[in-house]
Amino acid sequence: MLNIDSIENGIVIDHITAGLGMRVYELLKLDQLDTCVAIIKNARSEKYGKKDIIKIEGVMNIDLDVLGFIDTNATVCTIRGGKLVQKGKPALPKVLTNIISCRNPRCITSVEAVDQVFYLCDEKTHRYRCKYCEQEYKKEPGEGETV
Amino acid sequence: MRHLIDPLDFTREETDRLLALAGRIIEDPAAYAHRCDGRILATLFYEPSTRTRLSFESAMMRLGGKVLGFAGADSSSATKGESVADTARMVSAYADVIAMRHFKEGAPYVASRYAGVPVINAGDGGHNHPTQTLTDLLTILRCRGKIGGTTIGLCGDLKFGRTVHSLIKALARYEDINFVFISPEELKVPGYILKEVVEPSGHPYETVRTMEEVMPRLDILYMTRVQRERFFNEEDYVRLKDSFILTRDKLRTARQDLAVMHPLPRVNEIAADVDSDPRAKYFEQARNGVYVRMALILALLGIESDILEA
Repeated sequence: MLNIDSIENGIVIDHITAGLGMRVYELLKLDQLDTCVAIIKNARSEKYGKKDIIKIEGVMNIDLDVLGFIDTNATVCTIRGGKLVQKGKPALPKVLTNIISCRNPRCITSVEAVDQVFYLCDEKTHRYRCKYCEQEYKKEPGEGETV
Repeated sequence: MRHLIDPLDFTREETDRLLALAGRIIEDPAAYAHRCDGRILATLFYEPSTRTRLSFESAMMRLGGKVLGFAGADSSSATKGESVADTARMVSAYADVIAMRHFKEGAPYVASRYAGVPVINAGDGGHNHPTQTLTDLLTILRCRGKIGGTTIGLCGDLKFGRTVHSLIKALARYEDINFVFISPEELKVPGYILKEVVEPSGHPYETVRTMEEVMPRLDILYMTRVQRERFFNEEDYVRLKDSFILTRDKLRTARQDLAVMHPLPRVNEIAADVDSDPRAKYFEQARNGVYVRMALILALLGIESDILEA
């Protein structure tokens, strides 16, 4: 069993669906942080069998909006002074900007250099539509769970 | 600044005020003949169009304004690789309002984000055509004196027809609408339109395979073109196409106050012998398109200042 130190102050993103840890790391732009970040892949999970975990030391103000889109299973834990002070599931973002790209070849975004904007069209089924052409975004295998 | 990009960009109240203005223009066009003196409409049509472009140009000219633009991407800077955003910024210096048709879905929305003047979506690929929706609503209003309390049969290609989807969205905001979808299985209304628009509206709807079985109950029959290329094989097309052709004979069981509508162009889905029937309203519908666009231009330019909210 691999041991990663507990963090004193920071954020732990737990219960990430196994295999999505790197995608979360990329989309949260954790590579741009100057602090200690640990990605644990395929950790043992009683609930899911296995899971990914990300531990971020010393940073509290990370924009986690996109997390709800990638993985609603994830749990966000805020740690202060070595103690868990907040725990919760990420909310589904209403708007995704430059997170995913429209695959509709007839969409203007296929030829024009503009922001890729998607809006949440159905909260229950986690569905998003392109702001420009309204085509629904379909997640690809490995991109996160679809409901 | 307001634009018209999506059929639902205007609230129900704004739409009603706009339709009322179009009605006043119809009653007294002379009173509006110089309301746009000195104003310029740019028609940026990246793909061919007859009715929509001429209708916009006629609307601006009937208001006393002038028109400039292009018809076809070949005659625009798009061939040099100019972006829609740059074109919109540039044309904003030349005109007071822009009507854009583009083969890419969402192009008018991009234009609206960069233009310094109001932008009207005159059709973006297979996506939206909001001025056709306003035209349809005005025609229903003129034929029936109201929009709510209507049983509307939508017939033909309900899967790919952008005018049908936009009209369903717009009608869903009115009271007591009864939708009757008449189409072959291959061209039925997409599930998301039912789930996201029709069902949440609470309006009843039914799906049938022939127009004859519902004809006596309809207030409006909205015809669309069934295109050969939408079918997987020729056999299915030949088998089904006649079910969606309106003839004078099929109108026998229809009510006398039925209004037959069609966004045009028609090919063969309405037989020529229907044209002389007083219930055929599709050419009147095309005429209404000019008046509703006149009202729209006046509203977006703020010349009629009480139509749109700030």
